[in-house]
Amino acid sequence: MSSNTTEKAGWNREEMAQCAARDIPNGSYVNLGIGIPELVARFVPDGREFIYHTENGLLGMGPSPEPGQEDPELINAGKRAVTAVPGASFFHHGDSFTMIRGGHIDVCVLGAMQISQTGDLANWSTGAPDAIPAVGGAMDLVAGVKTILVISQHTTKNGIPKLVENCSYPLTGKSVVSRIYTDLAIIDVTPKGFQLVSLAPGVSFDEVAAKTDAPLLPPTIATKES
Amino acid sequence: MIDKRIKTIASVLSDISDGATIMVGGFGEAGSPIELIHALIDNGAKELTVINNNTGNGEVGLAALIGNGQVKKMICSYPRSSHSKVFPELFRAGKIELEIVPQGTLAERIRAGGAGIPAFYTATTIGTPLSEGKEIRNIKGRDYVLEYGLVADFALIKCEEADRLGNLTYNKTARNFNPIMCTAAKVTIVQARKFVEVGDLNPEHVITPNIYVDRIVEVTTPLIESQLIEKGARYP
Repeated sequence: MSSNTTEKAGWNREEMAQCAARDIPNGSYVNLGIGIPELVARFVPDGREFIYHTENGLLGMGPSPEPGQEDPELINAGKRAVTAVPGASFFHHGDSFTMIRGGHIDVCVLGAMQISQTGDLANWSTGAPDAIPAVGGAMDLVAGVKTILVISQHTTKNGIPKLVENCSYPLTGKSVVSRIYTDLAIIDVTPKGFQLVSLAPGVSFDEVAAKTDAPLLPPTIATKES
Repeated sequence: MIDKRIKTIASVLSDISDGATIMVGGFGEAGSPIELIHALIDNGAKELTVINNNTGNGEVGLAALIGNGQVKKMICSYPRSSHSKVFPELFRAGKIELEIVPQGTLAERIRAGGAGIPAFYTATTIGTPLSEGKEIRNIKGRDYVLEYGLVADFALIKCEEADRLGNLTYNKTARNFNPIMCTAAKVTIVQARKFVEVGDLNPEHVITPNIYVDRIVEVTTPLIESQLIEKGARYP
């Protein structure tokens, strides 16, 4: 059995990404946000095939190239070098956001600053007076993609809950998040609020509830799993 | 005979003057027409409104144009990056205007502008600060915000191959905003990595049909922005 030290409790970044990957159905068209969401591509379950879309005009995005093989004209939305898999296609920004805004992308995995109990997402600006607003494609993704999954630490580095009753930061979208994967738990956004789906190893319901700044429902009440 | 090819980069945009609105292709460095931007710095036109997804990197290309004090206003979706210093400093000092537009709305505004569509409704930004003060309409039970099409006096474009008529192809994700910007400007100016003969491009593979293109200049080995930044280069 694993040790009972608190440092070992919970999921690390890779495990959070792995949890999210398990929930994505075979054949999905997937857009991955920058940061931890990018790790999802490493954990595609056996027997499933996902096709990755990146906003800057590539369907069929593959992993990073070998060192020395980087092409400055083959990049992802985070402006990092990527590859194109066999069967990939390139297209312009109008087409790329037709895929997003027209509801053709099945799943988008994003990071978050705050998520509210009604599924509001804030992930683009702290609203600080000297902040330079930079939204990129986030608002288009949450408005147009069928299922929005969020991977995020449960609290900020200072221990402040990111799952809240109402977001204090400017919103990226309203009532858009379906499910949240944190280092402590998987949580659904339901019409009744946050509902626990499962706990990370060594983590208790009470700990998750204490670190969530909104009511947390236990998993037993009307859990509808796909 | 139609021939849109121009011999020298200096003469390709000599008629851009103060106050012009200019679409600049590219997403970061990919597809950025860096030689045309440097020619615009040499040209010296001021009070420009520039439409691009970003605000440039380091002190070359778009960042150099901004740093040279030629840009009054940026319309973009993401004005910061790990290597962008010029724009943030000017913005914080109140020396440049910013219109922040979600990336998909930016693309659609350009596409609409090029297609003669003056405005459209979109769900993007509903419930966020970016829809405040804009017209909102409920269509079939969902709220949408009115956004206006964008047009420009000039578009500066980077492509891969071009023939004398102005048919264009692109390279990988360097395509990005370039084809839609070709459609939305009064004058579309292109730097091509390679001139080809009319007929060399398979009509099935032409990405930008020549009707959208006005001038083409060949730049066979364009500067690579990230390499310039690594060297600490600046323009001029």
